[in-house]
Amino acid sequence: MTDQHHHSHKPHSKPKLTGARILWECLEREGVKHIFGYPGGAILPAYDALKHSSIHHILVRHEQGATHMADGFARATGGVGVAIATSGPGATNMVTGIATAMMDSSPIVCITGQVGSKVLGSDAFQETDITGVTLPITKHNYLVTHAEEVAHAVREAFYIAKSGRPGPVLIDITKDAQQTTCEFDWEAAAPRLRGYRPDLSPAKDEYRQALKLIHEAKRPVILAGHGILVSGAGAEVQAFAERTSIPIALTLLGLGALPASHFLNLGMMGMHGEAWVNNTIQEADLLIALGMRFDDRVTGSLKTYAPKAKKIHVDIDPAEINKNVKVDVGLVGDLRKILQTLLPLVELGDHTEWIQHIHRLKGDVAVRDIQNLPDSGHLYAAHVINDLWHETRDRDTVVVTDVGQHQMWEAQYYKHETPRSLITSGGLGTMGFALPAGIGAKVARPEADVWVVAGDGGFQMTMAELATMVQEKLKVNIAIINNGYLGMVRQWQEFFYERNYEATPLLSPDFAKLGEAYGIRSMAVRHRSEVIPAVRAAHAHPGPVLIDFQVEQEDSVYPMVAAGAALHEMIRRPNPLEETAADE
Amino acid sequence: MLHAFIVYVENKPGVLSRVVSLFRRRGYNIDSLTVGRTEKPDVSRMTIVMDADEDQARRIVANVYKLVNVLLVDVITKAGPPAIARDLALIKVGVTHEARSHVLELANVFRARVVDVAPSSVTIEITGVEDKVDGLLEVLRPFGLLEVVRTGQIVMRRGDKVSTAVATAPELDASANGSSEVAASEQDPEEDLAGSV
Repeated sequence: MTDQHHHSHKPHSKPKLTGARILWECLEREGVKHIFGYPGGAILPAYDALKHSSIHHILVRHEQGATHMADGFARATGGVGVAIATSGPGATNMVTGIATAMMDSSPIVCITGQVGSKVLGSDAFQETDITGVTLPITKHNYLVTHAEEVAHAVREAFYIAKSGRPGPVLIDITKDAQQTTCEFDWEAAAPRLRGYRPDLSPAKDEYRQALKLIHEAKRPVILAGHGILVSGAGAEVQAFAERTSIPIALTLLGLGALPASHFLNLGMMGMHGEAWVNNTIQEADLLIALGMRFDDRVTGSLKTYAPKAKKIHVDIDPAEINKNVKVDVGLVGDLRKILQTLLPLVELGDHTEWIQHIHRLKGDVAVRDIQNLPDSGHLYAAHVINDLWHETRDRDTVVVTDVGQHQMWEAQYYKHETPRSLITSGGLGTMGFALPAGIGAKVARPEADVWVVAGDGGFQMTMAELATMVQEKLKVNIAIINNGYLGMVRQWQEFFYERNYEATPLLSPDFAKLGEAYGIRSMAVRHRSEVIPAVRAAHAHPGPVLIDFQVEQEDSVYPMVAAGAALHEMIRRPNPLEETAADE
Repeated sequence: MLHAFIVYVENKPGVLSRVVSLFRRRGYNIDSLTVGRTEKPDVSRMTIVMDADEDQARRIVANVYKLVNVLLVDVITKAGPPAIARDLALIKVGVTHEARSHVLELANVFRARVVDVAPSSVTIEITGVEDKVDGLLEVLRPFGLLEVVRTGQIVMRRGDKVSTAVATAPELDASANGSSEVAASEQDPEEDLAGSV
């Protein structure tokens, strides 16, 4: 030891640290203050070294929860969320959360322990080739087998996760790489990414072509997606829309990017989008897609999608251009920078006639706006979401939804005014996302009210994290939209499988009692008149609150574009007034 | 149309698997794939040949570029500027005493080399464009092909100029190891785009 030290003695010799300590040191320098994790054998050296760090570790109940929490943390702020787990099952439990983050371009860094480098490949206890497993669901991953590589891997991981199109990065660190020591040199560990180009920008000619299409269009519409939030381009999109007088349709993940109340904001497009929004897209002569990727849930049948429209596609990922929808002009780069370039060049537009036409497309409001119906004794999910929105709209609120019917109702009836006020699993559609992601969001934004809105099915997938929430003393409000079914699957069975409700009726525990068992203030709500008082009680209570909203069992989400159908072929809600009259 | 994707990658463990995984995941069916070292010790060169239309080819390039270890992608097609394509095959042909001279003659006509002669077989090495190798295989088939192995194609542009993109790419210069942010911002945006969309 002394010999070695003697040899490396230079005027500016760096301190020698274990790989484990270097890990925490680097995370701190990357600005990490919270990490979500679960310990185990192969990651124990890192956990042992946590005593030297100021980072707060949040013990989850399942590693999937850790990844969703990191994801929720990232989406609530735009920063990088971090999760940590051991090798083998710890690592494989992270897979769903990593895939979720990948599909929704969420910047998370996942750290996993790995068996010692000497036994790698020998099927050692709790050995899984997690870099192999996560190859297609990470933006990049690292297998670190020497302490010397830790700092470099962490710095590159953070840079890759948050730059360009964000995404998850996994760092798998062998136990010996955590235990052995080496010199720690932060500067020398700077990213060396020779082939990584996250910051492309369009050519001048492409800007010219885009401007020409914008100026010629008579019936243009902006399709606004998640990229607006990622790029922080809300103000630019709004300025662009106002200057050109072009109405805006939002994707699910784009909700909140522009105020719902903005006069040019039409609402959500797609499978459960508003009918007039989809009809607008179908009648448009120009689509300006901003930070969205023409997902199949947004386009319906590609053959009949926006047949009269030229298309401009702005995205930071060149692989998205012409992937699903052939476009006339593709602008690759950061949306905010591109709009800043376009704004001074774009002419003032006037599309009054077109916008008036769109307003006429709205049609019969009574059929659509079920949330405004007089109380008929039926508690609809739309009532719950509408009333929740009314009670939370003036507060700094983040709604975190799960996946299924409640998610679509939330998207339809909760009017998001600010960016990052909705967090939801869009691309992967991961049930069980809401509670852990909500916990992550609350850790990221403790000053905000966090409302977890989940179905009775998805909630039961990750409800073990209630204990995490309580242990961390996090004031999270939980609204379970409980209809006794796996509702969205049931709806598909109703529409497309002759009401064969196979495996969708769902037994649940008494959620209020369950909440009480965790020490959470809990209540059940069965009537509309109780909704607002329950929400107010939740706001008044300093600790976490769980409300079990027992809603209509066989309600469906309308309108709906069946999978593979044309975007304008929508299944509409039967007249709810007649429906309730028949019941009584 | 057949496209040869020349993919320059960092010579690091696991990179081949990343590239192959991408092709598998996106459902691209590879015709042939070769990997080897280049004039730069830290850069490997993959030649991936597959059938694709132009639009597909563009998307493949964009997707391959998303892999962090990929330095540069060049696409060579028959429709583009002239290029040299080579495939090497070792062919073991079963021969009787009488057939041997026929087989040697055919090898000669194809300018192939006989690399091994055994009592009842002849092993021939042939290098050339794919068609030529196919041609030799066709005429040898009646004699009985005991064993055939082909390397898959390697491709290089003709002339003094290496592919312009390759010549000017800072990514391939080992001395340019600053953060990629710097490297990319120094580039002409038009060139950036040409390489990626």
